[in-house]
Amino acid sequence: MMNDHILLPEGSIEKQTTTLNLGPTHPATHGVFQNVLELDGERILKATSTVGYIHRAFEKIAERRPLYQITPLTDRLNYCSSPINNMGWHLTCEKLLGVRTPKRVDYLRVIIMELARISDHLICNSIVGVDSGAYSGFLYVMQFRELIYEIYEEVCGSRLTTNIGRIGGFERNFTNAAFEKLEKFLDVKSGYPAQLREFENLFTRNRIFMERTIGCGPITAERAMNYGFTGPNLRAAGIDYDVRVHEPYSSYEDFNFTIPVGKTGDCYDRFLVRNAEMWESLSIIKQAYQKVQAFKGSEAEVYHADVPAYYLPEKKDVYTKMEALIYHFKIVMGETEIPAGEVYNAVEGANGELGFYLISDGGRTPYRLHFRRPCFIYYQAYPELIKDGMLSDAVITMSSLNLIAGELDA
Amino acid sequence: MSLTNERIQQRLNEKFPDQLYNWQEPYGMLTFTGSKEINLKVMQFLFDDEELNFRFLSDLQAVHYPNQVGEELAVVYHLHNWVSNVRIRFKVFTDIKQPDVYSATALYQSANFMERETYDFFGVNFIGHPNLIRILNVDEMDYFPLRKEYPLEDQTRIDKDDEMFGR
Repeated sequence: MMNDHILLPEGSIEKQTTTLNLGPTHPATHGVFQNVLELDGERILKATSTVGYIHRAFEKIAERRPLYQITPLTDRLNYCSSPINNMGWHLTCEKLLGVRTPKRVDYLRVIIMELARISDHLICNSIVGVDSGAYSGFLYVMQFRELIYEIYEEVCGSRLTTNIGRIGGFERNFTNAAFEKLEKFLDVKSGYPAQLREFENLFTRNRIFMERTIGCGPITAERAMNYGFTGPNLRAAGIDYDVRVHEPYSSYEDFNFTIPVGKTGDCYDRFLVRNAEMWESLSIIKQAYQKVQAFKGSEAEVYHADVPAYYLPEKKDVYTKMEALIYHFKIVMGETEIPAGEVYNAVEGANGELGFYLISDGGRTPYRLHFRRPCFIYYQAYPELIKDGMLSDAVITMSSLNLIAGELDA
Repeated sequence: MSLTNERIQQRLNEKFPDQLYNWQEPYGMLTFTGSKEINLKVMQFLFDDEELNFRFLSDLQAVHYPNQVGEELAVVYHLHNWVSNVRIRFKVFTDIKQPDVYSATALYQSANFMERETYDFFGVNFIGHPNLIRILNVDEMDYFPLRKEYPLEDQTRIDKDDEMFGR
């Protein structure tokens, strides 16, 4: 009488473990990732990751767009720090085209990139707090992300997907309001330094937080290197690789800062490294702001390189000057001369080495463009990191890796 | 003593005489090509050699050149030596009809997802890969979308009448 019974898959009754889908839309995953976990009680025996839920084919789309139209695509990679992606793309184009930017542009870019790094790290670290049960730190630092977004707004007009800057510089000079907001942000008593200090007081030596994160999702330096880790996650494992120092771009060589490193590569070290990096970023912003203020006279008005063939002219010039009209037309229609060549350019994104591999055949659009997304590469270590741990540790490990779905899927 | 591009080229030529060619230095990065049969041998040598020490795989992807008959697909490896801080670019070309390339996953764990992505978009069949399935596209897809024979839709076309979304 076998037919009377519901047929179960073979082996499913003997099976002693539970299969659990963590994601793709679980609130604890902060994005669309699926992990199929094999659980023995609360302990993870095996994890299988699936990615690609928000793949948007940027590399294909980029093959039909002139260089300046690709910037909005890069916004959507790591959307917590899109200015870094934008700048990385501009720097790649400038390398291909042989454009040299003035020092003031470099320093302004550094200010914006470090603000973006802070906004990314503060989100990541406060979310680690939220996932370990401490919500208030998140609310404290959030108002300063708002302030950072207001600074972006003063510079480029938008907040999250910024599309900030152009090939050769910025679309307009920084307004006084932008600098005032920057000063408000840097203020030692009421600005972000005070808030970050308070945030650290809440977490760094907090007994519950330490017990929750120490030894959770660790990785050795050698494994991290083999898995292609870069950025804070690699530095937490003890390797001091930082693109800003190893291959300085945008005049990073003019600044004094240290690379914070951890030891064990666990969630706690990642947290500490990100916090220390925020202090370094604050110091870099201060140095850059001093350097920007030191420019006097006509130098203080420079906000883009003098490359009319690639840099869009001001709108009022387009209507009144013949030359500006011609260049405007040529740039918008993609008629400018693009040299043939291949270029790999990396910047230190908030999550690690963000690389752009651009092949140009001399046509109006790239022949091939590849984004090296740090998230995508280090996410493959996730099953190994959470193996033999508890389910709740898997959640906290994921948030401390700072996985951004947009960067993962491109 | 810092590692120069000339020194890397010299070391590689000693080890693989006449097997690596097309040496270039676009924008300062040493670029060379090898046949696809020796890609793992070259990378293993670059990995193990005390002086060369290329232990980090920065990036791996493919490029499609439909006009180069017999070697339409290029697999491009970006390797990085963190001690001397030198990057190199290594390319292997393969026929699109039989796009078999040895997988680098045994050498670099990070190659796992990158090779899956390359397979997903270009159809490069990485021999020895532990789990060569599609990663970003849907599993049911039966073509390789980043190949040049699939052009994007012409943005200026007017024959489409889409009342809902308008064009």
